[in-house]
Amino acid sequence: MASLKDMRNRIASVKATRKITKAMQMVAAAKLRRAQEAATAARPYAERMDQVLASVASKVPTREGQSPLLVGTGKDQVHLLIVMTAERGLCGGFNSNIAKLARADALKLMAAGKTVKILTVGRKGADNLRRDLGRQIVERIEFRGIKQVNAGHAEEVSSKVLAMFEKGEFDVATMYFAEFKSVIAQKPTALQLIPARIADASVSGKSGAVTTQGATAVYEYEPSEEEVLSFLLTQNISTQLLRGLLENAASEQGARMSAMDNATRNAADMINKLTIKYNRQRQAQITKELIEIISGAEAL
Amino acid sequence: MAGTFKFELVSPERILMSVDADQVRLPGSDGDFTVMAGHAPVIANLRPGTLDVKAEGTTRRVFIKSGFADVQAELLTVLAKDATDVSELTGARLTSEIEIAEAALKAATDDEARRMAYDAVEQLKALAGGKAA
Repeated sequence: MASLKDMRNRIASVKATRKITKAMQMVAAAKLRRAQEAATAARPYAERMDQVLASVASKVPTREGQSPLLVGTGKDQVHLLIVMTAERGLCGGFNSNIAKLARADALKLMAAGKTVKILTVGRKGADNLRRDLGRQIVERIEFRGIKQVNAGHAEEVSSKVLAMFEKGEFDVATMYFAEFKSVIAQKPTALQLIPARIADASVSGKSGAVTTQGATAVYEYEPSEEEVLSFLLTQNISTQLLRGLLENAASEQGARMSAMDNATRNAADMINKLTIKYNRQRQAQITKELIEIISGAEAL
Repeated sequence: MAGTFKFELVSPERILMSVDADQVRLPGSDGDFTVMAGHAPVIANLRPGTLDVKAEGTTRRVFIKSGFADVQAELLTVLAKDATDVSELTGARLTSEIEIAEAALKAATDDEARRMAYDAVEQLKALAGGKAA
């Protein structure tokens, strides 16, 4: 049985832990707000990009010699999985959920006889996949010590991916990230980047904010459809990557906030239980001492 | 006078500018052009250069490194990767931008990239010259 002193120390330690988790929760809440704002602010660019890309792609006839970013390389032998995770842990199932989805897909592809290459963004994803898919990891990108991801970071990843694609190192690229649904819900998502998935032009035209002439507007292109399209396709990769990074950042903070909230509550429960136990034990000891004194007095 | 149209300058991170403009001059890849209300729909690649935005009686100049413009009759959207107000581009900031652009020019491997980088250097130097004069 633990002595009273041990129990006092135990309670003190749980209280210290609660303070830390509480602080982490509040930090995550503050960061979440900023990350969410950044994710929302980035949305107009991505939306316009989708719209324009859809309308251009529908104009340019799909034919041989088309940009492989749009129509693919004609094979789907080598898959590149871009796995985006956080740099830090202590955020509930956030990192492992993304890794789990990526791992399941990777194993499925490998079982089907395809070659899988993995590019990890964020330290935790690499750590998580290293054990069973270590040989498949071709590149690890880490953004340690970066407070806020911006377009520059997305650019860095996209230039690496595009360089690999130009060298013919893979045929299909898929991005794994956690979509930010709400503070308590983050959904691990897979999104195919190459070949590009183009939204249906008619659908995006309707959802367009101020599209006065709809998707039916007859555009002129300068310098030419092909050149505009190829520029857009490269841009699209980094735009999508940025979207993934920003959604991920918001999701990470959301996940951390709820994980730390749980931890704080658990600590409080534990403190209550321990305090009751401590008080009982203390009372028992006092009673025991009294009995000893009384029986000692009686014996005289 | 054809009236105003909506002009939006959007960077990957946020909407930088959203105004009712009278006219906007864009550095198109085949040459500068000016958009006014009722312009025929065009999608154009942009080269490094300055946008001149005339709105509500004032003119703002914004330097962009690359991007493209989506022109519609009553809406002009410019999606720019990197946009800076020219008034902010002074002294050390401008010098460092020129250095970055020159490094990009040296690193450029194909003609297209080299042309883009060259344009950026020239445009920035022109701005620096304009400031000094």
